[in-house]
Amino acid sequence: MTTSTPTRPSATEPTTPIGRTSDYLDNRTGIGHAVKEFARKVFPDHWSFLLGEIALYSFVVLLITGTFLTMFFVPSMTLSTYEGEPATMHGLLMSDAFASTLRLSFEVRGGLLMRQIHHWAALVFMASIVTHMMRVFFTGAFRRPREFNWLIGFTLLLTGLLAGFTGYSLPDDVLSGNGLAIANGVVKSIPVIGSYMSYFIFGGDFPGEQIIPRLFTLHILLIPAIILALVALHLMFVVVHKHTQYPGGGRKDGNVVGFPLFPVYTAKAGGFFFVVFAVLSLMGATMAINTVWNYGPFDPSPVSAGAQPDWYMLFLEGSLRLMPGQAEFVSWGDFTWSLNVLVPAVLPVLLLIGFALYPFLEAKVTGDNREHHVLDRPRNRPTRTGIGMAFLAFFVILAFAGSNDLIATHFHLSINSITWFFRVLIFVGPWFAFWITKRICLGLQRKDRELVLHGHETGRIVRFASGEYIEVHRPLDEQERWVRVNYTAHRPLELPAPTGPKGTKDKSYKKAKRWAKLSRFFYEDRIEPVTPAELAASHSHGEHDALPGGEDHALVAPDHSVDATEQSH
Amino acid sequence: MKALAARRHHRFAPVVLLLLALLVTGGVYAVLAPSQARADSASTQDIETGKKLFQANCATCHGLDAQGTDNAPSLIGVGAAAVDFQVSTGRMPMAMDGPQAQAKPRQMTDEQTSQLAAYIASLGAGPAIPTDEQVDGSKGNPANGAQIFRTNCAMCHNAVGQGGALSQGKFAPSLERTTPRNIYQAMLTGPQSMPVFNDANITPDEKRDVIAFLEAQRHGSAGGASLGSLGPVSEGIWAWVVGLGLLIGAAVWIGAKSS
Amino acid sequence: MSSKTTDVTVPHQDGDLERFPDPGIPEHKHRQADIDPKADKRAERQVVVLFTISVIGTIVALWAYFAVRPDGTVGGVRTSTMVLGLAIFFALAGIGVGAIHWAKTLMSDHEVVEDRHATRSPDDVREIAVQKLADGIKDSGIGRRGVLKGVVISALALFPLTIAVPLISSVGGDWNVGTFRTTLWKKGTRLTYDPTGRPIKASDVTIGSAVHVIPEVSEEYRQTGEWITEKAKALVLMVRLDPRDFKPFAKGRENWTYDGIIAFSKICTHVGCPVALYEQQTHHLLCPCHQSTFDVADGAKVVFGPAKRPLPQLPITVDSEGYLVAQDGFDEPIGPSFWERLR
Repeated sequence: MTTSTPTRPSATEPTTPIGRTSDYLDNRTGIGHAVKEFARKVFPDHWSFLLGEIALYSFVVLLITGTFLTMFFVPSMTLSTYEGEPATMHGLLMSDAFASTLRLSFEVRGGLLMRQIHHWAALVFMASIVTHMMRVFFTGAFRRPREFNWLIGFTLLLTGLLAGFTGYSLPDDVLSGNGLAIANGVVKSIPVIGSYMSYFIFGGDFPGEQIIPRLFTLHILLIPAIILALVALHLMFVVVHKHTQYPGGGRKDGNVVGFPLFPVYTAKAGGFFFVVFAVLSLMGATMAINTVWNYGPFDPSPVSAGAQPDWYMLFLEGSLRLMPGQAEFVSWGDFTWSLNVLVPAVLPVLLLIGFALYPFLEAKVTGDNREHHVLDRPRNRPTRTGIGMAFLAFFVILAFAGSNDLIATHFHLSINSITWFFRVLIFVGPWFAFWITKRICLGLQRKDRELVLHGHETGRIVRFASGEYIEVHRPLDEQERWVRVNYTAHRPLELPAPTGPKGTKDKSYKKAKRWAKLSRFFYEDRIEPVTPAELAASHSHGEHDALPGGEDHALVAPDHSVDATEQSH
Repeated sequence: MKALAARRHHRFAPVVLLLLALLVTGGVYAVLAPSQARADSASTQDIETGKKLFQANCATCHGLDAQGTDNAPSLIGVGAAAVDFQVSTGRMPMAMDGPQAQAKPRQMTDEQTSQLAAYIASLGAGPAIPTDEQVDGSKGNPANGAQIFRTNCAMCHNAVGQGGALSQGKFAPSLERTTPRNIYQAMLTGPQSMPVFNDANITPDEKRDVIAFLEAQRHGSAGGASLGSLGPVSEGIWAWVVGLGLLIGAAVWIGAKSS
Repeated sequence: MSSKTTDVTVPHQDGDLERFPDPGIPEHKHRQADIDPKADKRAERQVVVLFTISVIGTIVALWAYFAVRPDGTVGGVRTSTMVLGLAIFFALAGIGVGAIHWAKTLMSDHEVVEDRHATRSPDDVREIAVQKLADGIKDSGIGRRGVLKGVVISALALFPLTIAVPLISSVGGDWNVGTFRTTLWKKGTRLTYDPTGRPIKASDVTIGSAVHVIPEVSEEYRQTGEWITEKAKALVLMVRLDPRDFKPFAKGRENWTYDGIIAFSKICTHVGCPVALYEQQTHHLLCPCHQSTFDVADGAKVVFGPAKRPLPQLPITVDSEGYLVAQDGFDEPIGPSFWERLR
């Protein structure tokens, strides 16, 4: 038998241009497999699933506008005398980094536009990451199998912070330079290695002549590379796991209900990219941002009132402002422990990391290890939602604390009083946010329960011959009801009997006991979904007493016959 | 016409007429009232009038001979410039107790202000009111002014003079609408919490450069709407409100079912 | 059911585990464009208009780029930025809104159901995978070659040091962290105005003044990058008070001032911002970054805020011509605290 090169299976030769191109491509890449697998892949439809896309597209805009900027920006601290616009900068000695930023803004056509789009995109990028992360948290999309994706997303949050910080420090202006001075002060406060880390970062004393080129490498090469790699992983997981979906008729953990990638999502998501780019262009065209010529080229002497970093760093700024100074002390050996700097710098980051580990905590307290692809409505997880709001409250309060001088100026208040107010609020606020959110969730769940049991109020009042008035209720249709009953109200972990020889003193039993206690904190307050039996009970007469925890609800009708005739569909 | 005649006897006719009369009177006054002339040099007459004004409006706090009391400092040696600044911005006479005297609608006319200034200047040598040439921003160098402002002023007044917070409810006000003369005088006399920037620290030419710098800030921002020039905090608020607001709105639209 | 209940627990009845059935996918609702051909045509026209707006936007943007040039004024840059940016907005929004409108009104909106498989690989796949790994390990023989395994791991763990150590070490420069302790201030260094460098006469400083001070250096040195780094440590703020307003000076510092003129390091002892706000009437120094407040009349002691230590004081006097000079450098490292600051 002679060997022969593999040929196409017998099919007619393609004649159209598209056909011939596809044939050429597939012969060399086997792309047919991918097209078969992905072209009509189904994605569920909800607006809150587009938040991550805002982040993705903002990042693409950052790459595009950033490339433009790198064509003109000079990452060097060499000094020269600047001649040009604006008049307030003419004739000043400044670094090439600052001078090239000015030239880019005032002499390159479209330069200022690109700079402003770039900076607005960075702010929106971080804002959309936070919003997307909170959506994922509140809907429980971090549960198995998506724990890795959650951690990848969290890492993207941190690298995004770094990207922003290195980016806005590049123009070498007074405001960002003071930010670098503060960062240097925080680094120096680290015990044992702090001074050396400061020398490492700046190549010597602050500011030295190396920091801008170093930040440039970080900002355009290393950090974007990390972000791109993580984003690729992040999206790959979304494809492998398929996207989650909100509860509704026909939606189960075992399926995905939605629309195909091509053409619907190609158009919607592709169109959304253009919308994001358009909105960012609109902002860059009309709203001034980071006007570095107003701050001036970096000089360690000047500083401006209202010296804050970009909004996503405000939580660190606020925590530095709130901490009282007494916490610094000198230990034996004459070593200085600057806890007044270390605690505010480290504590919020530790809390963030704790938040990132939440999925593992929740898996442990629910004992729930199966795959989840149907999302939770936040109200059905009161403790989790409360914890999320408490975290948000913590960081929002810190952000406000970081703006205390602007609050003082705008509302004619004493900055010292504001600082004290936030010092108290940072402890009271998150706890209060947790408590009130949990109560609201439980209240909403009860409302849902009422709705399922008794239906919508129709506003029709019926008067019986006996003189009694009732309002007629319309029962929920199947779809409405399904959304409100299709959830699991987890019960606290049950403590098994101790099995070891030591009985209740056994270490693993004690550990299990602690987890059970935590689980009770999570789940002992709960509203379980309505069952058909309960619904039937609510329709029969006089049996409301049988339902425990019976509050008063308006009866549908005291008389079963009215019930059947008066309900409209 | 019939409609108008019918309303002649309306209940509110007198009110409308009154409002019209007030409007007309005010308008006529604004057009015809003489503008106040500014005295160029102080005559003995001015000093006498100034003394009377002082005793009527200021002596309660500052003492009959301006020597100061527990409530207010001595004004001997503060100079005409200090008086012109404080009175023309309405800060003095101080009406209300608070962390600091606030700028408010002025109580004294230009003529009365200069008379008060003449009186105080006669009590002891102090900084004089600058000439028009000294405060003419077009003769100043805004780049040098920017550098001086950044080193000496931006920490309280913000990089472009939008104002900033001091401790305990005090604040450095926005300079957006401050007149060139008052910018000069404030630097020279150091009102309230503001330090004194005498002519050795910031020379008269440098003061004029600062005026040139501040005037250059009044032409709007090169990047579009200035958003108050308050820095990254306001930029962050706008990014959330406008940026994320528009984009979430677009997302809701995309996810909504078409009719 | 053994779980505890509270007053907000509304649990099922015992044994009441039956759940409502899934009603299935909701009935499909038709859009106007699906049933009314006129609505279909209208939607199509709208999409066409939107994409046309984009084309127009692109044309305007190109025209704006060439025709609306920044003319060297602030207003000119603003106009050029705005016109170009708004045109780009329309060019992009036209495509975006057009594509989305097309998808929403005209593309099929019948919901499709796709099955999910478990993420985990099936058991038979796992078995084969495990077997292949086991075969590979057996082939390598590493299982029974303990020493080999140990030395392979050591080599792989150690080789990154060959890159990491030179990288880290060179990036840190000369690692001479002792420079944190020294500034340009020495005995006899004149105080000069920041940024002009003019020397300061004591008689020129009036009560209530706040003077930003740098040490006297040559004009050429002030044009170098090294000067910025030295300036960052040598910044001083000098004020003049009525000598009676001072609280008693600390021991050894009685003659560090000159006739009510006192000078402190301007670098905040919190995290290093310039402490530049001087409130004349309270004689407090306020740092704008985190609101540390220092009392000039009391040795720059901290009275509010996150700083702990007072600002280091520069001992000053006047020379024979009446100019202010330093008596010596600072007696402690300036600026934020660091681990070995007091050693």
